[in-house]
Amino acid sequence: MSGSAPVLEARNLLVVRGGTRVLNIPSLVVSEGEFLALIGPNGAGKTTLLQALSSLLPYKGEILFRGQKIGATLPVLQYRRKLAMVLQEPLLFNTTVYNNVASGLKIRDVNKKDASRIIMRTLDRFGITDLKDRAARTLSGGEARKVSLARAIATSPEFLFLDEPFSGLDPVIREALIEDLEQVIKETRISTLFVTHDREEALRLSTRLGAMQSGEILQIGSPHEVMHHPVKESVASLVGIETILRGEVVRKSRGSSVVSVAGKEIEVEGEWNPGERVLLCIRAENVGLRPSGTGDPAGETNSFPARIEKIVPLWLYRKVFLDCGFPLVAYVMDKDPTAMLLEEGMEVRASVSKIHVIGDSSG
Amino acid sequence: MDLIFEGIKKAFVLLVTLDPEVMGVTFLSLKVSVTATLISLVLGVSVGVALALARFPGRRVLVSLINTGMALPPVVVGLFVTIFLWRNGPFGFLGILYTPLAMIIAQAVIATPIVMGISLAAVQQLPEKLQLQILALGATRLQMVWILVKEARLSLLAAVMAGFGGVISEVGASMMVGGNIKGYSRVLTTATVMETGRGNFDVAIALSIILLLLAYLITLALTQVQQKERPR
Repeated sequence: MSGSAPVLEARNLLVVRGGTRVLNIPSLVVSEGEFLALIGPNGAGKTTLLQALSSLLPYKGEILFRGQKIGATLPVLQYRRKLAMVLQEPLLFNTTVYNNVASGLKIRDVNKKDASRIIMRTLDRFGITDLKDRAARTLSGGEARKVSLARAIATSPEFLFLDEPFSGLDPVIREALIEDLEQVIKETRISTLFVTHDREEALRLSTRLGAMQSGEILQIGSPHEVMHHPVKESVASLVGIETILRGEVVRKSRGSSVVSVAGKEIEVEGEWNPGERVLLCIRAENVGLRPSGTGDPAGETNSFPARIEKIVPLWLYRKVFLDCGFPLVAYVMDKDPTAMLLEEGMEVRASVSKIHVIGDSSG
Repeated sequence: MDLIFEGIKKAFVLLVTLDPEVMGVTFLSLKVSVTATLISLVLGVSVGVALALARFPGRRVLVSLINTGMALPPVVVGLFVTIFLWRNGPFGFLGILYTPLAMIIAQAVIATPIVMGISLAAVQQLPEKLQLQILALGATRLQMVWILVKEARLSLLAAVMAGFGGVISEVGASMMVGGNIKGYSRVLTTATVMETGRGNFDVAIALSIILLLLAYLITLALTQVQQKERPR
């Protein structure tokens, strides 16, 4: 949690739908100026969380905005007028771009002169002044998303909810839109809660990162902490850890332990008790490859002979699926001289440099 | 062919000379049908929109009843309005049977389910999350409903056109509750039926042409508004 004052707090937030608990958040705090990104797969409850936090659906528990309880000391309407929400679909009104950006101000009865000044400034901020007289339904997907963002920002909200506002856009437009949003957030320092299934978007913008699944927040912390030190297997999968191995600790020595995985011994940092079952999380970028027979493996830690099962070419790198007696995934950059030598069925040597260990409660 | 040609010629003469009887019938038709459409607009749009947004047990049954009401036969409406307004009927004390007011009531009963059914469908067709987006913009429930109505305005105009089209062209109910009294409750449709019965085909054709023109001009005006709004 950041040191600044909390803006939005949820306590024991519960949403029940058809007798099923679809959201269960014992505690959540978003601080002043913070950009909290929550990643989770479809159906994780991300949208439900945003809707509950903005008091758009019935919930149990407490939501506090700057210390005031929503629906008690702070009326719901007054609260909603401090917020803005951008949904996955732009949902623009069937009118001009100008009128769309004006809609939140009109709802708040802002006088026409002030509204016009704010709208023009907002249109300019998003570089869409030339679209102001266009009918919203004639806009391209990217333009519509920009207008949707502009409509939200025009009301000068104290808190911004973003529900996958960049999904389904082509990469160039998405990048431009993220840059626009980044700029606005930098200028306004608006506290934001952003939910997405896209790790890159989340990492790009967040000051704090969380992982969500089945209506619960599994972990929340600094982006580095969540990405590199997941507390659960599901979080490890969500943050893109390609290899998760189950093993049993066979011995420990000063500051390290040895884990047996499918009959192979893997050395990890930290002292774990022999017999304890653990999960080893290995990021693909922490796996090095070299052709078999090159270099001297003697004395190398966590270096295994492996066979290449499959190579998937991706943008700038290749994803290599290996069989070391246990499955392992490695990334090899295209510019790496080794990359051109690799082919499916080839024998190689894989070296793992960093391993994160999680206690395996399932076993 | 001569019959049709003579009819068109007669119609032209009646129109050009602004025949007082024909004009009277035309204005009454307009007055009755426009008033009935306006009543159906108020009732139909408000109830249709409310039903589109509300969720309660039995809603589906109610919606299916409204949809059935869209196909209400005018003679059935005429029959029941007559019974209700009959001297000994529940509203007989009002003494409005065989008056233009009774015709307005009957036509409003015909048009209201049409406008209601189309309004309901129009609002239901809007994206479900639009309501959330409007509320998230800080709108009150009333502001949200108003914005939704504005969003569905093109379809609502279609509802008005369908309602007006349904009543300007009906004859059964107007005949039964209006009585087709000359100079008092005679409208274009009832006059056409009567003149056809008498074998005055030229007058009947003239009245039909006026009826068609009227229906066309009113729907043309509404279509102009609708198509001006249509995204290009």
